[in-house]
Amino acid sequence: MTDAPKPGTPLVEFDNLKVRFRGERTVHAINGVSLSMQPGEMLGLLGESGSGKSVTLKTLLRLLPPKRTDIEGGVRVNGTDIKTLSGRRLAAYRGGEVSMVFQEPALALDPVYTVGDQIAETVMRHKGVSRRAAMDVALDMLTRVRIPSPERRLKNYPHEMSGGMRQRAMIALALACRPQLLLADEPTTALDATVQIQILLLLRELQKEFGMGVIFVTHDIGVAVEVSDRIAVMYAGNIVETGTTRDVIKDPRHPYTKGLLAANLHGAVKGERLDAIPGSPPALEEPPSACSFAPRCAFARPACLEALPPEIDLGGGHKVRCVLEQDQVKTPQPVEA
Amino acid sequence: MSKTDPRSAKADRGGPNQPLIIAKDLKKHFPIRSGLFNRQSATVRAVDGVSFDVKKGETLGIVGESGCGKSTTARLLVGLIDLDEGHIVFDGDGLGEDISLKELRRGVQMVFQDSYASLNPRLTIVDSVAFGPKILGLGNPTGRARDLLGRVGLDPNRFADRYPHELSGGQRQRVNIARALAMEPRLVILDEAVSALDKSVEAQVLNLLNDLRREFGLTYVFISHDLNVVRYISDRVLVMYLGEVVEIGPADVIYENQAHPYTASLFAAMPSMDPDNLTEEPPLAGDPPNPIDPPSGCRFHTRCKFAEGVCSAKTPKLSVIGGDDTHQAACHMQEPGSGHSAAIKEAAE
Repeated sequence: MTDAPKPGTPLVEFDNLKVRFRGERTVHAINGVSLSMQPGEMLGLLGESGSGKSVTLKTLLRLLPPKRTDIEGGVRVNGTDIKTLSGRRLAAYRGGEVSMVFQEPALALDPVYTVGDQIAETVMRHKGVSRRAAMDVALDMLTRVRIPSPERRLKNYPHEMSGGMRQRAMIALALACRPQLLLADEPTTALDATVQIQILLLLRELQKEFGMGVIFVTHDIGVAVEVSDRIAVMYAGNIVETGTTRDVIKDPRHPYTKGLLAANLHGAVKGERLDAIPGSPPALEEPPSACSFAPRCAFARPACLEALPPEIDLGGGHKVRCVLEQDQVKTPQPVEA
Repeated sequence: MSKTDPRSAKADRGGPNQPLIIAKDLKKHFPIRSGLFNRQSATVRAVDGVSFDVKKGETLGIVGESGCGKSTTARLLVGLIDLDEGHIVFDGDGLGEDISLKELRRGVQMVFQDSYASLNPRLTIVDSVAFGPKILGLGNPTGRARDLLGRVGLDPNRFADRYPHELSGGQRQRVNIARALAMEPRLVILDEAVSALDKSVEAQVLNLLNDLRREFGLTYVFISHDLNVVRYISDRVLVMYLGEVVEIGPADVIYENQAHPYTASLFAAMPSMDPDNLTEEPPLAGDPPNPIDPPSGCRFHTRCKFAEGVCSAKTPKLSVIGGDDTHQAACHMQEPGSGHSAAIKEAAE
């Protein structure tokens, strides 16, 4: 499982991924996501609740309930189709190759074990080392995530730590086995502003230090800008726009991305009416047969409701799913390095 | 339109210059009990001497991190919890002296963060909105409720008979706003009312709040941790830290020129929104201290890079910044003669 990947293999590759939940009602959570990500890349996955960003992460870790979930399409990590994993290989993959940081560290950490024990357990399990060696790794990790007096904190239970400290411990736990891919699911949403920025900058530094790929899921465009090399904007289970952070923020093309940027209120003029996106996201009980955003879009035209919008390549990795761009971009835009 | 609104004119007793609500030295300490005999072992000083006023027709934004006492302050203003010390004066009438809590609540209503938890799941939304007017014996509560649902953008013919779980978060928060307005309040306290909403829906609700303010001549106290939202909606901003006011002033002034180092850090912690100019260093280290046993003197001194001996020894008072008495901050550096080396020296003698 942990064979060295062939050079040039993307770290993560989604090929027309579709995820559907069955049950009392059917939900088409992911509707044809195609995305690839290089090793060491920091990708921000931006979207509102129900857009499918967390489902994408859970698909990668195979955390979705197998009996009620239909997964179609390809999901490859380092060239391996993760749908084929099971048993020991799946256990080695989770936490060894790919690990995850959750939104609420107080819930994700086990309350009855000390932080040191939890980190050491993971290291022993994956690396097959002694408890003493694993504890040394735990101490080293707590130091790297810049927890003050790490020796003492090793013996702390999660409830003895503050929210920011717990999230640092969670990150230490996730990175203890040096995964090649870290999945971060809104890791700073539950934190205060002054603590959030500390964790964001810590993640940025650790990413440089360890060189792992990171998928950072957030609903906050400001947070995505702060940490990502590249941003993918999700809406109704699909990626509507991807590009370098600079392209997406400075030259957004999809009307939804533009709306999100306006709704961030960065630079909104007091008292002036906000350019709000009307309505709310679709319920996704049916797979989309047209642009899912069209009912809320100020620029919608008949073509938007006829078929799924094409993905238009604007060059430089900037892609957008919108019929409006089809007309505007006849010739590929000059690529700026 | 707000000036000629008959309801607010009739209710306006104190005149235009009387602040709608004055909070004087509010204090609320929560005991923490533990051990065998449930003895009080510590005290959370959630709100510790907070004073401010809200003028008629303005929006006062309250910002601060979790545990700073902003929600406790809101709950004190509506009388959801009892004051330990301090006074609340509503349009010139002291609470408990000139007006009762029940009368105060006619004039002050609140919208909470969790739109689902704050609605009764067994009532249709029209019944929820009509509940207050019915209890008060106002005429035609259901008609009034249907009208208000329409005003907040929920067509009563489509939505009135739905239950809370049949609505989206944004729609439920509109119901909560309608329910608050059903009591014909003059002051609405919005405690993180848009924080749980998605960004695109949040913008719709902010537009609605601005419309309703104009239409009904309302005054808002807007509590949020999102500085962009607070700047957009507020006329004045109050910054709290560990149960105390550290800075208060006009929104535009504070956003340009923060006088208190904590306020400055809070602004520096905002994401930069500029990929070419990312934040390099976190403005503060560590988490906010526990409001149980807050630090002595200036409560921010444990995290402040300008802290000196005087900061832990003496509690700073709110002092006027730059001769503009609407802008005040509680920092020894802004207090002439406080003993801090960076304090303004001239007035010290």
